[in-house]
Amino acid sequence: MKRFLPWIALLALASVPMWLRDPYLLNAFITTGIFIVAAMSLNLLLGYTGQLSLGHVAFFGIGAYTSALVSLGFDVELIGGFRVVHEPWPVWLGFFLAILVSGLCGYIVGKLSFRVRGAYFVIVTISFAEVVRLVALNWVELTQGPLALTSIPPITLGLPGLGYFDFFSKQSNFYLVLGVVALSYVIIGRLVNSRIGRAMVALKENESLAVSVGIDVTRYLVLAAVVSAGIAGAAGSLYAHYLKIIDPDVFLFLYTVTMVIMVITGGKGTLAGPIVGGLIFGFIPVVARSFASPELQWILYGWFMILIVFVLPQGIVPAIEKWFGVGEEARGPGGTEPKMQETH
Amino acid sequence: MGADSKQAQPVLSIEHIAVHFGGLVAISDMNFVVNQGEVVGLIGPNGAGKTTAFNVITGFLRPTEGEVRYRGSSLKNLKPHEVTSLGLARTFQRTSVFQSISVFENVMIGLHRRGRSRLWDTLLALPRERQSESELKARAGEILALVGIERRSRELAGSLPYGDQRLLGVALALAADPSMLLLDEPVSGMNATETTRFMNLLDQLRRLGITILLVEHDMPTVMGVSDRIVVLNYGRIIAEGPPAAIQGNPEVIRAYLGQGARKRARD
Repeated sequence: MKRFLPWIALLALASVPMWLRDPYLLNAFITTGIFIVAAMSLNLLLGYTGQLSLGHVAFFGIGAYTSALVSLGFDVELIGGFRVVHEPWPVWLGFFLAILVSGLCGYIVGKLSFRVRGAYFVIVTISFAEVVRLVALNWVELTQGPLALTSIPPITLGLPGLGYFDFFSKQSNFYLVLGVVALSYVIIGRLVNSRIGRAMVALKENESLAVSVGIDVTRYLVLAAVVSAGIAGAAGSLYAHYLKIIDPDVFLFLYTVTMVIMVITGGKGTLAGPIVGGLIFGFIPVVARSFASPELQWILYGWFMILIVFVLPQGIVPAIEKWFGVGEEARGPGGTEPKMQETH
Repeated sequence: MGADSKQAQPVLSIEHIAVHFGGLVAISDMNFVVNQGEVVGLIGPNGAGKTTAFNVITGFLRPTEGEVRYRGSSLKNLKPHEVTSLGLARTFQRTSVFQSISVFENVMIGLHRRGRSRLWDTLLALPRERQSESELKARAGEILALVGIERRSRELAGSLPYGDQRLLGVALALAADPSMLLLDEPVSGMNATETTRFMNLLDQLRRLGITILLVEHDMPTVMGVSDRIVVLNYGRIIAEGPPAAIQGNPEVIRAYLGQGARKRARD
């Protein structure tokens, strides 16, 4: 049963555009999905290596800007009169470059800050996000600053023999985002259920013990940061090409907080946690909007968050797993418990 | 035994190690060797520098002076995980297991260095990934059986009785496939049954050819298992030799029981 659950969930979600015609709700699904991808990437760091990145939105925003600029083209003058002119490239290339550039930033932040842990890491990541936001705001020649980058083209895919396909409609964007969610789920799932994931969990649990069994701390923390930043960059790219406009507000601290809320309430350190938490907190504003005034909407949002954290401090997914008695099998790194040791 | 160990090859040598914390001298000019296949006990009163010595040997602490050599190569400037890679594994005094993970997964973590799968194998779920994982699982089962806690493999490490947690700590160190083990007070806090069980395990490890350096408070234990004993006090080595000689050594008696006791013993 447990094995088929992700497939059932995927099929159920894939059916949504077939019966849901309301563009407002479909839009909510798409933006929620994009934030779920970002939350999943945050979960890799926070839930598995135990490092809280409060500047995670930086990777998201860098992905958004990279992807937008690559596909829009730019013309900037650097120090010394040196000009860089970039002609627009295909959008799918922008998507991959977004992952690459964000991943690279993850590498740099990881290398810089994994000498420090805990509170210091949090501060380094917040500062990084703030610096990047200020660059986006003030480097007007490149980013248009507060005027925003506009008319960002939708993602297009050229399939040989089938012609071009562009993700312009809400339906197609829904499937694109769902595809990226599924792919991120698989990538993160394979990582954390392997020797690499065990190393990450070991570092979270007891660093000196992890080191003493021969695990190279820095290596696995940086690896987690790179993969996490890369996936966040992919989410940012989706965001830019779906909304078709981005401004320095994509670096708002509020977005990081939203991701953290999704991860914590859903259950950090579980694969499904950010998805469950993301769906709940992506849709609370949507549902609340239908009957509550704007002030009340946020009160409900906060109230729900506090309720979940109080009643289920471990998060929703671990609580459900415990309820059905599948906790240990599903949660520990390495996934299913092997039968091997029974024979000894 | 004494003649044997002289002929034997030294695997670990501590050469002129000194550790200063600011003005405090934790260890001064420490020299000793551990030979292949030997069980050496490192004893001394509280604060004598035993754990500090352990931390220096395993790379958790940089010595102020001197160096440690293991099988001919210097451990100078090596990080702890690199020291482990050379085959020198340790256990810790207190938190020696990953508490919130199952016993089996603990050992799987310990087997980290034996895994052969690369990042791409993992991401693309290539055959090598599965093969490596099943090898590790088989090995984890063997190690748990060796230390005798295989029946508890599904339980959370933190929920094990104290003695079993210590055994799991040893299993973790063994998983790194060491040629030498450093055990930091392995039987402290254990009851008599657990201690006996642990002694049997030590015997088994010795028969497997693993060299052991053991820090211990519990005198009967050390005397019982060690081939040779090194006694530390105030960061200096005050005596070294087979257990029988150590027991009668006046310096050692004074260090453990105080000046007065020695006088009374003489009177």
